[in-house]
Amino acid sequence: MKGTNLGEFEELVLLTIAAMVSEAYSVAICDDLSKKTGRDVKLGVVHSVLNRLEEKGLAKSKLGEATSTRGGKRKRYYTVTNAGKVALLTAKELRDQYWSIIPEMKLKNI
Amino acid sequence: MKEFKKTSPPKWAERFLSWYCKPSLLEDLQGDLNEYFERNVKTKGSLRAKLIYVADVFKFLRLYTIRKPELINLLINWIMLRSYIKTSGRSIVRHKLFSTINIAGLAISMSVGLMMISVLNDVFSYDKFHKNHNRIYRLISQYEYLGRKDNDYMATTSLKAAKAIQETFSVPEDVAILKREFDGDVKVDEKIIPLNGFLANPSVLKTFSFELLEGNAITALKEPFSVVLTEKSAKKLFGNDEALGKVVTLKDKQYTITGILKDIPMFSHIKFDMLGSLSTLEIIAKDDKGEMAWDNIWNTWVYLLLPANADLKDLKVSLDQLSKKEDLTIKNTHIELALQPMDDIMTGESLGNQIGPVMGRSMLWIFIGLAFVVILSACFNYTNLSIARSLRRTREVGIRKVIGALKSHVLGQFVVEAVLISLCSLVLAFFLFVFLKPFFLTIEPEIQKIFVLNLSPVVMLYFVLFAIFIGIAAGIFPALFFSRVNPLQVMRDFAARSGFKKMTVRKMLIVFQYSISIIFITSTVIIYKQYKHFVSYDLGFQTENILNISLQGNKAAALKNELNQLSEVKEISQSMIVTSVGNYWGTQMKFHTNPHDSTGVYYNIVDENYLPLHKHKLLAGRNFIAKADSSKETEVIVNEQVLKRFNIAEQNPAKALNEFVTVDGKDMQIIGVMKNFHYGKVNDNVSQKEIILRYSNTEARLLNVKIQSTDLLSTYAKIEAIWKKYDPVHPFEAKFYDQQIDEAFAGMRASVKMAGFLAFLAICIASLGLLGMVVFTTETRLKEISIRKVLGASEAGLMYLLGRGFFVLLGIATAIAIPVTYLFFDRILFQEMANHAPISVGDLSLGVLSIMTIAFLMIGSQTLKVARTNPSEVLKSE
Repeated sequence: MKGTNLGEFEELVLLTIAAMVSEAYSVAICDDLSKKTGRDVKLGVVHSVLNRLEEKGLAKSKLGEATSTRGGKRKRYYTVTNAGKVALLTAKELRDQYWSIIPEMKLKNI
Repeated sequence: MKEFKKTSPPKWAERFLSWYCKPSLLEDLQGDLNEYFERNVKTKGSLRAKLIYVADVFKFLRLYTIRKPELINLLINWIMLRSYIKTSGRSIVRHKLFSTINIAGLAISMSVGLMMISVLNDVFSYDKFHKNHNRIYRLISQYEYLGRKDNDYMATTSLKAAKAIQETFSVPEDVAILKREFDGDVKVDEKIIPLNGFLANPSVLKTFSFELLEGNAITALKEPFSVVLTEKSAKKLFGNDEALGKVVTLKDKQYTITGILKDIPMFSHIKFDMLGSLSTLEIIAKDDKGEMAWDNIWNTWVYLLLPANADLKDLKVSLDQLSKKEDLTIKNTHIELALQPMDDIMTGESLGNQIGPVMGRSMLWIFIGLAFVVILSACFNYTNLSIARSLRRTREVGIRKVIGALKSHVLGQFVVEAVLISLCSLVLAFFLFVFLKPFFLTIEPEIQKIFVLNLSPVVMLYFVLFAIFIGIAAGIFPALFFSRVNPLQVMRDFAARSGFKKMTVRKMLIVFQYSISIIFITSTVIIYKQYKHFVSYDLGFQTENILNISLQGNKAAALKNELNQLSEVKEISQSMIVTSVGNYWGTQMKFHTNPHDSTGVYYNIVDENYLPLHKHKLLAGRNFIAKADSSKETEVIVNEQVLKRFNIAEQNPAKALNEFVTVDGKDMQIIGVMKNFHYGKVNDNVSQKEIILRYSNTEARLLNVKIQSTDLLSTYAKIEAIWKKYDPVHPFEAKFYDQQIDEAFAGMRASVKMAGFLAFLAICIASLGLLGMVVFTTETRLKEISIRKVLGASEAGLMYLLGRGFFVLLGIATAIAIPVTYLFFDRILFQEMANHAPISVGDLSLGVLSIMTIAFLMIGSQTLKVARTNPSEVLKSE
């Protein structure tokens, strides 16, 4: 195992899952990310990241109900696991730590 | 929401996705792609949506989505192999007729395939024995005069170019030079042996991997007047004695033997009996400036050994620079130089002046194409019959599936069955191949020089692989068909007629097979007719019972005397060449009315007996009169075309006599005018040529012996015996004139044989296929026929009912094949051929008629059999 370190995109995806609560499935995540980041997010990339997150135990999934859209195929909804929450928090704390020690002057000059 | 017309993603892409994707991920992925697809249909249109869908399916082909192979399935296939073989074997034995048709059809076509494999194997074995074969390139050149380019490159180039490259180019590691005209009678003591060879520089032994048994490879071809013999020619000259260091005589020059080569392998495109040192040329032809002329590109073959990483583009630039520089030495002429990899020589573009016979790319492709068509036809048979008979096998498949067989298992089973049948056919095909090989090799003498078609273990391996491939190709469609069988349907309803859905495809296959057969047989008939037409063409003179004996350097007079002793010999004349078989000798001629107009004319040098012996018709004037050998050439006989070309005496033969023309710079008097005759080959493009006959008693190369005998063969033997006494060195070379004309059209004769053979195969295969289909249809409709019969249908009516469909198919095939063949010959092939016979309706219908007869017999016999069955027998067993 690679450990629970989060890559940038992984973190974004995981955050989106958390934010979307019960509506997080691949296409929705992909659309939301595209909108918020302004990047052209590819479904294939989201898919493989979701797969990896699940493998790492940071997210879990279950199949929803069949609907008439999507050719009658069920959606796979993702939720963040406890380990996922911990990983997100760790990442946030780490950043906050850095933010707190950067002098305000320095940032203004950038 | 608005209703959208339902479009769905491409079926095959969906199937591909579900084939490779892990079951656990599949549903979600399919859903996602569908969602995207629906969205794209609305925003981008259905076509682009489909394209994006397909692209996405391939994009998702990643390591984490791919289904892991299920070992257990493979294992089951392996365990079941015995069962498959057993059931396949039983099915083969049970349906003897169909199995025979399948095996025989495949065997026939596979024998052609085997031929193709061994030909390809031979062709691609050429020159591979050279250690550096992939680094050797041949320098080829294209002649351009006044901006007019020759069509083809020449395999030869100028000696000058070779020397320039040798001296100024740094890239080539070695430059091997081979030059023509080192052949003739080699004398040692009393022995005289005619040998062929080349002048070669020392690099030849280094560049190529010809194995030197004795002598030093570096020095053997260095000194002038050195010669390297092959083992075989050394044996001919010296028997078992030591040859190295001995001296032989060739064309009055003494050569020292400096090396003995191992015999040249069969698969070398360069073949020779001996090599002389190129430095000899500098001494013999010291004063001949022509040898080193830039535009003398006809006599020298040059091979460059390049380093493995050589930049060919760079080299081509240097070659262009070289020719730019050297073009200045010759007016109005440009020589384009290029490189050809040695591995391409056997199968490459057609070049002039090849060093030996080659196969050529177009021939190779035609051959592969024809073989492919025949094989495809046989595969169609198998597919066709298997699917047609599916009714009987679907139950077996249904039971297998109910018990738990997967799609892949059924697929495996039927592919195994097809491979089994194809392996059976291979055995048969192999015997056919062995039987046909000698015929193939003797179709044309040239073929024998190129191919041996040996059966090595590698070739055998190819054969087996080929058979397996054919089995899979023929069996994959039936196998796919069976694997899709729905067990429920089959078990519930025996008459589930899913097998008939493919009827249109099967009809198309029959039409295809018959079109091919008709094209082949009609082509054969047409080519055969042309061949007969050309061979018996009225040339304008007589060729019957004339034996042309090549003098091979001997004096004519003495031999003539001896031959005249024979009672069968009626007349003897002398000539320089044999006309009408594709020999051309030309010279320049002028007429005094226009001294600047000099035209090329073709000529033959003959004696006073030539015209009467060949019964050439003189329109005016007289024949030559015998003259002393030393007398000057003053007389000439011309044909009508010469009068027309130069407008001599207003084209009046009688008045043209005694006019003077200039030939070869000599003034000569026209003493006779003869009727036009065919100097070149009859199918030559230029129909009428300006021809002159010149007189000489000494320049004869041939004796034309008119024979009057009932037994030509024994006369031939007698003449041969006289020749042997007269010239023990050279083998007797004599041929009857008619035979020579026949040989001039050997290419056509070979085409007739090849096309005829392929036509025969195609008809066999198509007939077998048709027979199978007819038998099948009649059998399945047995009950229907019986009921019709009970209700009062007549036999003829029933036969019409059963056969009608097939005749419609044959009609369509004819309607396709005949125009195709006609247009191919009329518009493409015959455009280039002068004096060809027209294509008649008879030629076209002969093939169709014969095929129809066979088809009619088959359909007729089968339908008659069914129409005659006792209906009560059939209906009783309900």
